Amino acid sequence: MRVFVPILLMLAAPVFAQGSGPTPALANRQLSDPAKEAEATRLMHSLRCIQCQGQSIADSDASMAGTMRAEVRQQIAAGQKPEAIRNWMIQRYGEWVSFEPDFKGAGLLLWLTPLILLLTSLWVARGLFWRRT
Amino acid sequence: MIAEAGLAAIWLAASMALLQFIGGLTLLRAGAGQLVPLIKPAAYVQGVLCTFAFFALMWLFYVTDLSVLLVANNSHIDKPVIFKLAGTWGNHEGSMLLWVTILSVSGAAIAFLEKRVEAKTLSATLAVQGFLALGFFAFLLFSSNPFERLVPAPIEGAGLNPLLQDVGLAFHPPTLYFGYVGLSIAFSFAVGALLTNQVGPAFARAMRPWVLGAWIFLTIGIAAGSYWAYYELGWGGWWFWDPVENASLMPWLAATALLHSVSVLATRNALRAWTVMLALVAFAMSMAGTFLVRSGILTSVHAFAVDPERGSFILALMLMYTGLAFVIFALRIGTVKQGEPFQLLSREGGIVANNIFLSVILAVILIGTLYPIAAEALGDKISVGPPYFNKATVPIAVLLMLALLVGPLLRWRRDDLSRLKYWLIGAAAILLFSCLAIWRFAPEIGMFPLLGIALSLALAVAAWMPLRGRKLLRTPFPVLGMVVAHFGLAVSVFGMAAESGFSSETLTALAPGESAKVAGWEVKLSDVNPVVGDNWVAVEGEMIAAKNGNEFALHPQSRQFFKPPMQTSEAALLTRWNGQLYVVIAQPDQEGNGRWQVRLWWKPFVTFIWYGAILIALGGAIALLGRMGRRAKRPAINTWQTE
Amino acid sequence: MNRPWLLWAPLVATACIGGLTIYGLAVPKDEQVRSAMIGQKLPEFALPPATQGVLPLSNKDMGDGKPRLLNIFASWCIPCKAEAPQLEELKAAGVEIDGIAIRDRPEDVAAFLDEFGNPYRRIGSDSEMAVQLKLGSSGVPETYVIGADGTILFQHIGDIRVEHVPMLIEKLKVTK
Repeated sequence: MRVFVPILLMLAAPVFAQGSGPTPALANRQLSDPAKEAEATRLMHSLRCIQCQGQSIADSDASMAGTMRAEVRQQIAAGQKPEAIRNWMIQRYGEWVSFEPDFKGAGLLLWLTPLILLLTSLWVARGLFWRRT
Repeated sequence: MIAEAGLAAIWLAASMALLQFIGGLTLLRAGAGQLVPLIKPAAYVQGVLCTFAFFALMWLFYVTDLSVLLVANNSHIDKPVIFKLAGTWGNHEGSMLLWVTILSVSGAAIAFLEKRVEAKTLSATLAVQGFLALGFFAFLLFSSNPFERLVPAPIEGAGLNPLLQDVGLAFHPPTLYFGYVGLSIAFSFAVGALLTNQVGPAFARAMRPWVLGAWIFLTIGIAAGSYWAYYELGWGGWWFWDPVENASLMPWLAATALLHSVSVLATRNALRAWTVMLALVAFAMSMAGTFLVRSGILTSVHAFAVDPERGSFILALMLMYTGLAFVIFALRIGTVKQGEPFQLLSREGGIVANNIFLSVILAVILIGTLYPIAAEALGDKISVGPPYFNKATVPIAVLLMLALLVGPLLRWRRDDLSRLKYWLIGAAAILLFSCLAIWRFAPEIGMFPLLGIALSLALAVAAWMPLRGRKLLRTPFPVLGMVVAHFGLAVSVFGMAAESGFSSETLTALAPGESAKVAGWEVKLSDVNPVVGDNWVAVEGEMIAAKNGNEFALHPQSRQFFKPPMQTSEAALLTRWNGQLYVVIAQPDQEGNGRWQVRLWWKPFVTFIWYGAILIALGGAIALLGRMGRRAKRPAINTWQTE
Repeated sequence: MNRPWLLWAPLVATACIGGLTIYGLAVPKDEQVRSAMIGQKLPEFALPPATQGVLPLSNKDMGDGKPRLLNIFASWCIPCKAEAPQLEELKAAGVEIDGIAIRDRPEDVAAFLDEFGNPYRRIGSDSEMAVQLKLGSSGVPETYVIGADGTILFQHIGDIRVEHVPMLIEKLKVTK
């Protein structure tokens, strides 16, 4: 215990910079159903941490990331579908919070890009080949 | 004194670059000139001066001369020596000086070693290299002076970012820079050849070793960066499609395509326009990467100092060089005659397919990375991240790997699949069998890991097929290199697929004495102790991992640095032949309940990702050795027509 | 070459990318993450009191016919200290302000209120940031204009400066 308190103080120092408080229970705890946990993890990797420099909430130590992870797990445990949870997050922070662009509008163009590029390059390259007559 | 000497050296080197450039100009315009004989010596002197300047900066970091602004901002008197030295390039100005130094030294190296191309082309190449160097010298001297003084000098220094105080990361930037700047040689050769109408096998043979060398460094640099992120960031990820990571991957993709294309040009005199275009694009991507990292227009955990003024300078340089190069391409490529024809089903055809797939992946990554900026211009704030990049690039990578199963076995010019029918049936059998086996025993894993494993198994066999019928000791090194590199790709993809499909994760909180399970392992936390290092303090967990009666000790740490203040996690890794146990200790659970957050992963075959990358680089090195051995024996006379 | 226009495609692509990046450099990036909940009703929440002697806060306490401000703050947040005088000014102008303290301990909130004054009608304690997430808030300090019927009408990110006070008063009037 004598050693514990200084350790706590050491670790507490940076925490003060962002306030101190309990971490939500499900931020760092897995759901008991492995299929649901896998679903939650997949979703977490595609949601952006609000306070970070481009990390997903699954890869971040920030407190808001923990809160978001807890929310995701809670909703999955309650039976919500991942798409519904993604929309819930988008409703609060806009499209920016989702790493997966939506299928409508500008996002659709982005999703079609690989196919368009592939077909274009194949068409351009067809002049390269020598056809045996 | 040393700082001023370093600065003077840079000025002198810049004037050498100017001389080199003007000399080349007079050669191209007038056919000859008094400045022409000075081009090579100018390149040599430029290389020497730059090297001196760089070592001067390194010396300043070594002695921690705090009267130099750069040292004061990025170093600290208490830092360990190796990181003091690595701090030389761990910042914007120092890394630009490294860039310019490698550029100058490469120019000197071409001047010294290159005997395969005509003198005119060599001079044109050196002139282009000088032109490139001029721009970056100007950037250094006018916008990012590494030798600026700070008066009065501070006592301690601000310190190096703790994340960079790591051996792997200390060497990651130089490796990458050798790669990026090495591609500048390909760029200079390509433009030089265009200007002197020498786009042909001789130029390709001259350029090939440089491309190989740069590519090997890029491969190692990217793999090292990925491994560093894996063990340092504490969440087990090894690729995040972060803009800066993408910025390093794009030149690599272009360089890989260039590598294959240049071999076709060298041996078969085909794919001339492709080769030149890829050489220009590869260096353009290097510069684009340098720009993206330093300009601040993209948000990234890796981004350097955010300074729009510097960003504008580099952008201007990049647009000028790329723009001019593409203009020269468009104007001159018409004078390059069509190469030897070939059919769709041929080795050349296979390499065209390879070029197409790699270029499409490159374009997708480029567009995806820049998309948020375009969207913001139109008022929308969106994010493009791993879910998009994975889904957009993996299908094309699948096509690429399918092509790889057959491509290296095709004959040049034209071939006929019936010759390979037994192999095709065999490959299809491997694929089908693997897919069915995985689906049967692990139906819950995703489509991509499943395809990845099946394809990598097939490729692991396919990679060795070119050796069939050859005496191993008489196989040319380049062929051996190809086999090793392709096999390395199979190993790497296998690792990626296994890790993403079959990892197990356990997140929990343990008090000393408690244990948690993951994938057959039982990991017990015995104790938690404070530990002190050179410039950090940490909490270290004493943990024991047990499986099948074997026990191993692990010591993950949660480190706190003070100057500057930052917390990092040092994961404990236990490597076995079939994967890694990844253990992290994080914050105390709730204040006072005595538990610590612990994260455990079992990642099957994850090390194969980096072993595979090492094999790929090794394959390249073997091929390079083969090329260099040959070139020493060959005379400088070209046997191909070069019109 | 039978398709000459194709040769200029790389140059055109470079120009497009150049234009895009010039735009990216010229227009400073909007680093703020705005809430997308503007126009929606306040989410359901019920928070305990932030410290001794203050009233707890729930969404039912707002939207009761009078528009008010919801101020997200914390004792460890430096700009929050800077906006304390502006909050007092708003309170003096008759505006009702409710507060949510983020990740704060009761003793720290008490010390903050002692030092900088207490303009709040009610202060809830959101120690896990859950309500902050529900609101679409991304940091402290932020101030929301809540309409008479509980609709979130406006989000002001950052501390309230002297010049923002009349603007906020206007926004509150408009909702009547």
